[in-house]
Amino acid sequence: MYVVIMGCGRVGARLARMLVDASHEVLVMDLSPSAFDRLGRDFPGSTMVGNGIDHEDLVKAGIERADAFAAVTQGDNRNIMAAQIAKHVFKVPRVVTRIYDPIRQDTYKALGLDAISPTIIGAQVFYGMLTGEESQES
Amino acid sequence: MYIIVAGGGKVGFYLARELITGGHEVLLVEKSASRCEIIAAELGNVVQRGNADEASVLAEAGTNRADVVVAVTGDDEDNLVICQVAKRRFNVPRVIARINNPKNEEIFRLLGIDATVSSTDLILSVIEQEIPEQALVPLLRLRHADVEVVDITLPKDSSLDGVALRDVRLPPESLVAFVIRGGESLFPTGGTTLRAGDEILALTRPKHEEELRRLFFVARTGTAASRPR
Repeated sequence: MYVVIMGCGRVGARLARMLVDASHEVLVMDLSPSAFDRLGRDFPGSTMVGNGIDHEDLVKAGIERADAFAAVTQGDNRNIMAAQIAKHVFKVPRVVTRIYDPIRQDTYKALGLDAISPTIIGAQVFYGMLTGEESQES
Repeated sequence: MYIIVAGGGKVGFYLARELITGGHEVLLVEKSASRCEIIAAELGNVVQRGNADEASVLAEAGTNRADVVVAVTGDDEDNLVICQVAKRRFNVPRVIARINNPKNEEIFRLLGIDATVSSTDLILSVIEQEIPEQALVPLLRLRHADVEVVDITLPKDSSLDGVALRDVRLPPESLVAFVIRGGESLFPTGGTTLRAGDEILALTRPKHEEELRRLFFVARTGTAASRPR
């Protein structure tokens, strides 16, 4: 599978390593070249300095042949915009995005975007560990 | 009308001021506290502090009864999300987004935002009108009708100098509508003879613009006529 990852923070870099370890072809994009340090020197995938909400940069990243796209930058709106471009303009079969804000995550889930909110997941895990019960919220 | 302006930069500020002067009910949403203070001092109690991309802030702003939401922050992705949330979650009838990258116009349209304003595009179009290549200036483009009005000044050595309009082989779906000659204007007929220096207003399809340009700017010798400056 060819996967384009936008955002080389902790999650993006870790995800990239997991995918290459499982023999997938990976390209990681970030606006800052120094972000790629997180991948380690021996990272066998590709990196590209570029903007994931820029149509041309996405084409350069090979989005047209990508099987999957993950938007994991720090900005919810950048992730939302990039994910929608990947899904609706380039018709990438699998698109997943991170949205910290639970309300925005809810809105875009309703609009058909596969979105995960680390805020909700994190709070649920904490709740479970603190109380020994499962959270009633979803 | 109740209009919510998201983003209190220069564009948002002056837009809100003009709308208030026009008698509209306006609420400006701005995330920076210091910016809010400045705006409130100038415009009064029309500012709400908060991130307009957060649904809770839009709810508090009474977005469900807004007639228009205008997103004019400096970031295209923020403007997109503000407009989408306003439209989908709050059913706002009209949403308008400012875009900085002109290429995003098409993407925004595809994602359901019909009205976009790009200052980059506006400046580009003004530049193109000011320094025309070979004096064919698109004056007006009727996007829905796929027609444009172009202004052509016939160069000195044009092969069409002295040719009657009925003998000019115009591209398909093109029409010479109006000729201005030495301060006089005339509605041309087939018998009207074109002269160098004539200012010609023509209607054409955008796809035939290049053909029209070539027709008028071919010199008598068959090479491109001199570029008027």
